[in-house]
Amino acid sequence: MSLETNMLTYQQRSRVDKTLRGCTIVATSIAIVPLVLIIAYVLFVGGSALNRDFFTQTYRPPVPAGIDPLTGLPIDGMEEGDLSQVQARGGVLHGIVGTLMVTITALLFSLPIGILAGIFLAEYPDTPFNTFIRFCCDVLSGAPSIVIGVVGFTLIVKPMGSYSGIAGAIALTFLMVPTIARTTEEILKLVPNAVREAAMAMGAPMWYSTLTVVLPAALTGIVTGALLAFARGAGETAPLLLTIQGNSNLSFDLLAPMAALPILTYKYIESPFPAENQLAWGTAFVLMILVLGINLLVRVTTARIKR
Amino acid sequence: MAVAPQPRLATPTAHSMTVRGLKPFYGKRLAVQALDLDVRPRQITALIGPSGCGKSTVLRCLNRMHEVVPYARAEGLVKLDDIDIYAPGIDPALVRRKIGMVFQVPIALRTRNIYENIAVGLRLGGIANRAELDIRVEKALRDANLWDEVKDKLALSGMALSGGQQQRLSIARTIAIEPDIILFDEPCSALDPISTFKIEELLLTLRQRYTIVIVTHNMQQAARISDRTAVFMVEKTDDIPVGMLIEEGPTEQIFSTPKDPRTEDYISGRVG
Repeated sequence: MSLETNMLTYQQRSRVDKTLRGCTIVATSIAIVPLVLIIAYVLFVGGSALNRDFFTQTYRPPVPAGIDPLTGLPIDGMEEGDLSQVQARGGVLHGIVGTLMVTITALLFSLPIGILAGIFLAEYPDTPFNTFIRFCCDVLSGAPSIVIGVVGFTLIVKPMGSYSGIAGAIALTFLMVPTIARTTEEILKLVPNAVREAAMAMGAPMWYSTLTVVLPAALTGIVTGALLAFARGAGETAPLLLTIQGNSNLSFDLLAPMAALPILTYKYIESPFPAENQLAWGTAFVLMILVLGINLLVRVTTARIKR
Repeated sequence: MAVAPQPRLATPTAHSMTVRGLKPFYGKRLAVQALDLDVRPRQITALIGPSGCGKSTVLRCLNRMHEVVPYARAEGLVKLDDIDIYAPGIDPALVRRKIGMVFQVPIALRTRNIYENIAVGLRLGGIANRAELDIRVEKALRDANLWDEVKDKLALSGMALSGGQQQRLSIARTIAIEPDIILFDEPCSALDPISTFKIEELLLTLRQRYTIVIVTHNMQQAARISDRTAVFMVEKTDDIPVGMLIEEGPTEQIFSTPKDPRTEDYISGRVG
């Protein structure tokens, strides 16, 4: 009985409980509501910018107000200088192609490096060197992306003498390798040690056990890491601004400047022409869908494997 | 490939192991005091003792699995027949093919189906011919008393099997490559009594062809199936536990008239 003298009564306790639960709900809403609004707004505004031209055309200069874009003749009843009347005629095909080419190239570079680094971190005994590499990965994946851009600019663009798609791919590789290495490491560590030992007890050399037993068991996780790295790379702006620069035309040449969706978003949203602002929202929409799609894909694949 | 081709037929010779002055270490810490042990051909040698006495560590030294743990190493002489398995130039992977091991937790390689769980070891040994693989896989599964239960689902994942079946699958994988010695590290402690009974039956059959060393927590199991028993004990020196082999002999004698009083305490349930 003496124990109860300092304790809260049941009513007091349930009041505290309700208050705290209320706090968690409010905090969650503060976090979630803006997120949902952002997604909804981008989808709503960006979605209305989508049409066939958006996906099939590249950049076209804005047509001065009061001129019919098809005939080149003045339109009656329209005042010159009214920016809101400028027609959007171009699309962002060059950006879509550029983003895909640069990011996929970056993925081709970073997958082997990242996976091998992850294997090194997870499968070999911890040494100070391992710890150092792990630390570098963590710092690099948290580094401001403009820094990566500056590095890419200095190391690749300057010696090459021009902006290029390949420079962008290498810059993105710097960003993607640490992510892939660390996810690979984490997922490999989840593979039970007993599996490695069973393979080794069969007389399998370590490389055989790692490549044919351990790695396949962790494959879903590695694919997840690669997809997330891809999504991150596709959405980066700063490193690409300083490496691929942007291009108004459709280009498949990785050695020349290329366009990318985030760069187009950045350029078009600053444009004085509302029509080009529309294009910026459209590219934002496409990027958002890309990232959402990849995340959904990751969820579906991991859920299927867990079953 | 680091592994030499397997002999295609079971060798009729019976194999034995000799351990002299074996000292397993974890880093700088001595895990078990120097010990001698003779593993006799076509007999089941049981290693028993309380937790932490180093019996599994000793077992893992017998096929060089001990050194797989980071910073673990062993000193002393371990011979398979006349070959020093710790001699320089000996490939540990090859040692493990001659001295197979079955673990406590049944391991079905989940990225491979039942057939491939067995075939993977054979392929490592250089057998690529599909017909020969089929024969060897079937023989291994029959020898592990598993064939009748899985012959219609060889393409299914090994994960689809029960724990006891998975353990027999692990045994089949081990005997498929026809080792000289088989080591069992508490093969039944994750299994129910019926599965345990089946594994024990299997061990007694395998004994006709293989030399077996088994680590077990279960003294009745040691008494039921083993020919010889080695009793381990753990003692603290300066607060650091060190295992030691205190007695070894025919199982009957160990369980009826042990020489060491600590053995008697242990098997009568007073310690451990």
